[in-house]
Amino acid sequence: MSDLLDIADRIVALAADGEQVEAVVVRGLDTEIKVYEAEVESLSSAQSQGVGVRVVVGGRQGFAYAGTLDAEVIGETLAEARDNARFATIDEWAGLAEADGVAVADLRLYRNALADSSTDAKVALAVELERAVRAADQRISGIESAEYVDSLSEAAIATTTGIRSVGRETSCYVATYAMASEGSDTQTGFGFSVGRELAELDVARAAADAADRATRLLGAQKPPSERVTVVLDPWVTAQFLGLLGYTLSGEAVLKGRSLFADRLGEQVASPLVTLVDDPTDPRAFTATDTDGEGLAARRNVLISNGHLDRFVHNAYTARRAGTASTGNAVRGYSSTPGVGCMAVSMRPGTATQAELVASVGDGVLVQDVSGLHSGVNLVSGDFSTGAEGLRIRGGELAEPLREFTIASTLQRMLHDVTAVGGDLQWLPMNASGVSLVIADVTVSGA
Amino acid sequence: MIDEVVIDRVLATALRTGGDFAEVFAEDKRSSSALFDDEKVEELTSGRDRGAGIRVVVGDTTGFAHTADLTEAGLIAAADAAAAAARGGGGGTQVVALTRRTADRGYAIETYPEDVAKARKVELLTRADEVARATDGAITQVSVSYGDSRRRILVANSDGVLAADDTVRTFFAVSCVATGDTGMQTGRESIGHTVGFELFDMYDIEELASRAADRALVKLQARPAPSGQMPVVIASGGGGVLFHEACGHGLEADLVAKGASVFKGRVGERVASPGVTVVDDGTMQREWGNLAIDDEGNPAQRNVLIEDGYLSDYMWDLLRARKEGRASSGNGRRQSYQHLPMVRMTNTYLLAGHDDPDAIVASTDKGVLVKHLGGGQVNTATGDFVFGMTEAYLIEGGKITEPLREGNLIGNGPEVLQRIDALGNDFAMGPPGTCGKDGQGVPVGDGVPTLRVSSLTIGGTAA
Repeated sequence: MSDLLDIADRIVALAADGEQVEAVVVRGLDTEIKVYEAEVESLSSAQSQGVGVRVVVGGRQGFAYAGTLDAEVIGETLAEARDNARFATIDEWAGLAEADGVAVADLRLYRNALADSSTDAKVALAVELERAVRAADQRISGIESAEYVDSLSEAAIATTTGIRSVGRETSCYVATYAMASEGSDTQTGFGFSVGRELAELDVARAAADAADRATRLLGAQKPPSERVTVVLDPWVTAQFLGLLGYTLSGEAVLKGRSLFADRLGEQVASPLVTLVDDPTDPRAFTATDTDGEGLAARRNVLISNGHLDRFVHNAYTARRAGTASTGNAVRGYSSTPGVGCMAVSMRPGTATQAELVASVGDGVLVQDVSGLHSGVNLVSGDFSTGAEGLRIRGGELAEPLREFTIASTLQRMLHDVTAVGGDLQWLPMNASGVSLVIADVTVSGA
Repeated sequence: MIDEVVIDRVLATALRTGGDFAEVFAEDKRSSSALFDDEKVEELTSGRDRGAGIRVVVGDTTGFAHTADLTEAGLIAAADAAAAAARGGGGGTQVVALTRRTADRGYAIETYPEDVAKARKVELLTRADEVARATDGAITQVSVSYGDSRRRILVANSDGVLAADDTVRTFFAVSCVATGDTGMQTGRESIGHTVGFELFDMYDIEELASRAADRALVKLQARPAPSGQMPVVIASGGGGVLFHEACGHGLEADLVAKGASVFKGRVGERVASPGVTVVDDGTMQREWGNLAIDDEGNPAQRNVLIEDGYLSDYMWDLLRARKEGRASSGNGRRQSYQHLPMVRMTNTYLLAGHDDPDAIVASTDKGVLVKHLGGGQVNTATGDFVFGMTEAYLIEGGKITEPLREGNLIGNGPEVLQRIDALGNDFAMGPPGTCGKDGQGVPVGDGVPTLRVSSLTIGGTAA
């Protein structure tokens, strides 16, 4: 992989006097296998690479990228980035990250075992996943998708400010959408398992989850509109935390787009809420050794017992806010570094989901949500999302519910957290999940 | 992009293990964008993506590989990989006679964005920011973005198809934050067409900027949206995404074939109210979802999906159509050469009816008027779908009264299609969209006249 760093070094060496240059060079090998009716429906295996070049000169920043490591195109890319810089407004805080002495942990995110796995072994997992879903319940009527996906990726970052970082990682997952039918009623359910090598994938659990989630919704009805206590499934909580992460980004704060901008040090959530962003936890799907500017990734406590402790920053937003980067530059090779949480989790409690359901008495278990991108406004905090799940009656799971929404505001939901489950789950996204109990949420239905 | 003789050799390699079908899709895309945010030209970005995807079909199995290396050696290596992935049985030499298809979109690009000075693009951003901020002191943040792309593609396959296209798209958006006693609200306006820099002759940027600002300002006075079922009036041009989600995805032949659509087996049946005609039309000139050919080399078409309430046909890509022994409907699309094509919409719209739009509101006793929809999502197997309202008002006694805060609406596709009880005579296309099926983004357009759904669930918090 040092050849990527060599390419980055060569680009950086072309910097002119007074010019800061950053080169990000990546390469990936991705495999995606879709199975349908015990046959491979499609098998895609492809190598990709790219380079992104950022130039900062006289307080102006320019950027260009190319999806190739072809030497001639790289030359054009540097020239384009330079030219683009001429049009930016002078910004006194513009500039690349500088080495900050924080040691980069070796998280062992790259596994030779995945690189050495045969395509046949991967196909077998996807076939087994589909078979297991079909076998799980007689009411399983079809499989919308059953797939195996993996990625081997390497990246190198070099800058004129002395950063030279390399990293590589492997990841894989299996995922399936199952359909269950009874009479004319059809419902769907999702199941998955994530890991860094094949041995870490739990195909049986993924299949059982999908089958269970689809079959238990059979016969679902639209609930009446009312205010209730909801229990969010870990899968739903993770999506909620992913959204919350945006509001704690230093960029949103500095640009007046965060509803928490003026609230550092205040009680913004129930004392039960401790929110941590920790990409150095190797169990997280999005764990990483370094951030998008080549600084060491690190653990940041964002909300501690309900108190807002910290926003996350990249080099630019930190400089502008008069603080240090928290190692939260996020990017691909085709964009400049943004700021974002990388692996958010809520400090788990001890209760199982069943214990939480029992403690709630009456309410709704939300097993899936839809339309988060269209129904949640991260600037105003308005929250409204499509949902499906199960009625909780007398502390037990009861009849299934569908075609309703749950609504509140992000601000209120944080204060309305009344219990946090101990069932921490690692998911194929930048947040992990626990079962979460939130009071006083509006269900809109019939 | 690639010589015909090289294509012949690559297709022959792809079929060496006995594939039934092979295809080369080459792409060279240049894009540029500019972002003005927080009172600064934050950055200009230039991008170049070039490569080829090769697929081989053996029976029901598709093998796919892509490469950024467009030399013959690079293409042959990818063809080998795709053939190995598909794992054919027999083998042998196949010769393909390629016939060039012409791709004509019926209009010409007037000004290629690459010929426009970057300074001119930056001027537009600055101007929009000034106008939005001048609208009202409560506008506290403005972000303006510009983007253009030129995508050249070449598709050749073992059926002898050889087709190429050159597509230019230009985009512009303004987003505002307004701050008041009730917190912050946002407003956004965007325009995008399959045209060059003449986009800015078609629209007044200053008007666009002030509309975005107004949308945020109006919501500072907004009350929480209601919770529960009531009539919903969708304004002309503002809500085509309703049909994209309520029935569009469910009419994609790949989902239908897997039984993952509530519209499976319903061709010829009544699925919507009389007067409801839904069309997907890749040939709509200059619209955001316009195509000359799709990403499998088939000419774009105008396809009637629902005619006067009756389901007439699904949308098809090449693989699904081959299986059914019919022609593709020109709906095979992909995000880039790194992706396999699948059935996708282009410009999806509902034809106008005869009702007076004002009368539709006036005849609604209590309901919601949605002027502008955000995105949406559908579960095609159950038909349940949601879409967000980014500008909406309460209707009381046939009059538009108070503005509402944002939220999702939820409904069931087949039910909602049957509940359309008024159709305006004022059709308009809406803003540009990106459809994200299976994680692949492609540009799509949509349009509707003013219409009313007799009952939909509004996902607000107010009683």
